[in-house]
Amino acid sequence: MDLKDKLVSSFLAFENNVDVDHPVHDIRSEAIKNFELKGFPDKKQEAWKYTSLNALKKIDFSIFPKHIDALEYKDVKRYFLHEIDTYKIVFIDGVYSSFLSETTHDGVDICLMSAALSKPMYKQIIDVYFNKVASKEESLTTLNTAFSKEGAYIYIPKNKIPKKPIEILHFATGNEATLLLQPRNLIIAEENAELQIIERHQSLTSNEILTNSVTEIFAAKNAIVDYYKVQNDLKNASLIDNTYISQKGNSTVKVHTFSFGGKLTRNNLNYYQNGEYIDSTMKGVTILGEKQHVDHHTLVHHREPNCESHQDYKGIYGEKSVGVFNGKIIVDKIAQKTNAFQQNNNILISDKATINTKPQLEIFADDVKCSHGCTIGQLDEEALFYLQTRGIPKKEAAALLMYAFANNVLESVRIPELKMRINKLIANKLGVQLGFDL
Amino acid sequence: MLKVNNLYAGVEGNEILNGINLEVNAGEVHAIMGPNGSGKSTLASVIAGKEEFEITEGSIEFDGENLEETSPEERAHKGIFLSFQYPVEIPGVSVTNFMKTAINESRKARGFEDMPANQMLKLIREKSELLEIDRKFLSRSLNEGFSGGEKKRNEIFQMAMLEPKLAILDETDSGLDIDALRIVANGVNKLRSKDNAILVITHYQRLLEYIVPDFVHVLHEGKIVKSGTKELALELEEKGYDWLKNESVV
Repeated sequence: MDLKDKLVSSFLAFENNVDVDHPVHDIRSEAIKNFELKGFPDKKQEAWKYTSLNALKKIDFSIFPKHIDALEYKDVKRYFLHEIDTYKIVFIDGVYSSFLSETTHDGVDICLMSAALSKPMYKQIIDVYFNKVASKEESLTTLNTAFSKEGAYIYIPKNKIPKKPIEILHFATGNEATLLLQPRNLIIAEENAELQIIERHQSLTSNEILTNSVTEIFAAKNAIVDYYKVQNDLKNASLIDNTYISQKGNSTVKVHTFSFGGKLTRNNLNYYQNGEYIDSTMKGVTILGEKQHVDHHTLVHHREPNCESHQDYKGIYGEKSVGVFNGKIIVDKIAQKTNAFQQNNNILISDKATINTKPQLEIFADDVKCSHGCTIGQLDEEALFYLQTRGIPKKEAAALLMYAFANNVLESVRIPELKMRINKLIANKLGVQLGFDL
Repeated sequence: MLKVNNLYAGVEGNEILNGINLEVNAGEVHAIMGPNGSGKSTLASVIAGKEEFEITEGSIEFDGENLEETSPEERAHKGIFLSFQYPVEIPGVSVTNFMKTAINESRKARGFEDMPANQMLKLIREKSELLEIDRKFLSRSLNEGFSGGEKKRNEIFQMAMLEPKLAILDETDSGLDIDALRIVANGVNKLRSKDNAILVITHYQRLLEYIVPDFVHVLHEGKIVKSGTKELALELEEKGYDWLKNESVV
């Protein structure tokens, strides 16, 4: 049986474990129909031209893990931003770990999707927001919707700011020979609310792991959401991240994506602007080696006047790695005075590495400022020589230059300890010790 | 200290240096002058070890050792320093952190431990005062947004920190106003000693009023066509380079 058939037939078994009378189940049922109709995307589709799921589709993924292993905090501490105090929503093989988590209902809700989907007190919010910005057409998103049951649920009421950043961590232990995870997150920031989220998917095993994640983010008027995705997974772990963001007037949503690891990573990051004076910012640093593959697909849909969007993605590709950047900007006719900026700069440090980069602009308004720039280059020989003449060996000199190249993106990380951590990950990835914390 | 013997070098088959002979001893300051395109900067880069240039004949010796197989960083560890005409900008790496890395890499290569933090701070303070460098400047990203004068002052600050045996100053005067030139030259003069040597590369005589050389060499078409004392620089200023070109033809 191929993976699609297996998933479709598993839906019946899945229904035994959820409340089929809940309105969300109608959404799931619709979603599985869509997935059944469309199946997995293939390379014939323009959006999947450079990223093939064929190898993953051949794996007989386990869909329902049988049992969970408790993890000791000390064994996984290093994956947390343990330098500071944080709220934590932690899952082990898709199952919530209360032992590793620190949730709250003190003025804000930082808890579980399963709770939000089952308790009456959340029903009204679920009715208003659940699956309202996520695509009902895109097949992988609908696959996730069909099996949506667990994930992070975060609700920040008007004028509230949680005391500390929120970490969402997904561990895969290798209890199953192969495992498909489908977390579903819902994040709502009401008027003037503000929050910071760090999300990480971490495999602890050499077994094949595939995560197909969907996150919906709603930012009401004046809300500020800072979202950091740390993608530094092991080499048999693949991730399809589908993030959908709906913004209202004067809100700011920034998503930083740091992609250093994993086998295949696809980031579908979609912004929909539903108000004026919105800021949508997405930034990324991608550093790959071996045969790693990362595909960034962004969409910003400007649907109201006087808004901005900023995209800045830097990529460094070594060995036989492959990078894809596809940045789509749509400016509706009504969206006058839009400022949309897009930048994608890449360095290839190996002859066998590949980058496919493509801006896609669809502009229907006439009074807008839109700019885009893609560059693909190599390390500057003169700059390397400069550093070498100061006694810095070539390898370290190259690492310093790559760090400098990625620096623009790092500068806007607003949690200093996270920034430090990313710096260390970069130094590790580049295989250098620079004698100071970058 | 430095011996350049009948050096021929070029890039992709184009010869730029055509038989250079030069000897620089400890305690000396040499100036290399010459018109644009005479090979001045190439000579500086070749001594510092730039791989882009191919040496087709001759050799460079430093402290009696042939540098042929020596990388630029190893040359730096041996005590060769090149001040760049166009220093490179490194966003996100502060002047202080950059100096820490450079100094500790050199120490590592010589088999020493990292310099203790307090000693490093003391050294930075001492040398930045020498170049009249503001504290704030040291926490800025290396060369990013620096004015021409700041970049050059920063080059000499690095020289002061690294204490090279041989410092090559490539067009250090270009882009400097008179005040900046005086500060930079002052710094260089304070670093002069009987144990080190300086090779000043310049198009104009102006800098040599402040950093007074023991010897002046004129480079033309990749060859030293005339050598003399500091008076030669004045003569060049007066007559320009053309009379030398004619002389070399004869």
